[in-house]
Amino acid sequence: MPVSIANSRLIYDALKACDVKIISALPETWLVHLIRMAEEDPDMTLVRLAKEEEGIGISAGAYLAGVNSALLMQNHGFFAAINPIVSLALLYKIPLLMLISYRGHMGEKDPWQTQGGLMTEPVLRALNIPLWHLTNPADVQRRIKDAQTLAHASLHPVAVLLSRELMWED
Amino acid sequence: MLRAAALEAIYPELEPHIVVTIMGAVAAELYMLGHRPNFFYLEHAMGLASSMGLGIALSMPGQKVIVLDGDGSLLMNLGTLSTMARYRPGNLLHIVFDNESLLSVGGFPTATSTGTDLAGIARASGIPVVKEAHTPESLKSAVSEALAGNTLTTVISKVEAVGPKTFHMDLPLLENRFQFKRALEAMRRASTERGR
Repeated sequence: MPVSIANSRLIYDALKACDVKIISALPETWLVHLIRMAEEDPDMTLVRLAKEEEGIGISAGAYLAGVNSALLMQNHGFFAAINPIVSLALLYKIPLLMLISYRGHMGEKDPWQTQGGLMTEPVLRALNIPLWHLTNPADVQRRIKDAQTLAHASLHPVAVLLSRELMWED
Repeated sequence: MLRAAALEAIYPELEPHIVVTIMGAVAAELYMLGHRPNFFYLEHAMGLASSMGLGIALSMPGQKVIVLDGDGSLLMNLGTLSTMARYRPGNLLHIVFDNESLLSVGGFPTATSTGTDLAGIARASGIPVVKEAHTPESLKSAVSEALAGNTLTTVISKVEAVGPKTFHMDLPLLENRFQFKRALEAMRRASTERGR
């Protein structure tokens, strides 16, 4: 499976540098290595979800309890989590660090991903959620740290879009 | 059993611990018994109170966390039972008041009124201890046992579909949120100091 192990490692190390202690996740192809790294890390609590909206509650709870967390989700999982993003995170001014695999964008071969790819940025912008694209390995650490910093300063969710160029090697 | 009577019976047990409630009648009735800075009322995001409780319980393993849930909310997020069961934090107590109704939005019957068995779903999801308590006394003893032990527990408590006269709480939700976060920080600091 040509998911980039090296770039998954860069992302994981960036989350560690942000003192992330809890990662909630629902598996998807691009996220497999990241989820495995979280599982193999004795200092990380990995919460495997049944549905992404649970992750918003878990991260909100962790934040109120003083623990940094991150969410790993596919863009379709982000769509599934919109209600709690609005009625928990935005309503209660809770920062969220959401790492979203940007399926259905340029280079996508799976037709079933394409509609979600078209909707991802418009929906994030409609929710007024700041977003960073991660395409270049050199940007990974800085952009993830800056995303977390903005989330905590603004008490607002932020999105980091994991691109095909970064995650997929073919 | 009236939920207000059930809450009154367990209030002394709730008071020192971290409590997350769902919106509506449960929040208002707990608030009327006496607000504490360690109580958080999730006024929207139906179904997510238990997920928040799980996030807090995993983040603060030295504290007891109690979630006050309802049948309508839990039915919106049944996956939470499988996720809680998977990580089963022993410091988490999940109480579900089942009035078979979406009372706070006008009293529409939920699926528990036509036979859906939340205790059965919780057991089958793998929650290690599931109890049913339909009197204030049995609820109080189930809560005491769960807090004395260290095993994830779900208690299903059938209550009448009767709510308070008003849902008004003199506590803006952001005030509750900032106060709650500070209360949790203080609890964390106090337990670190005790540990020294």
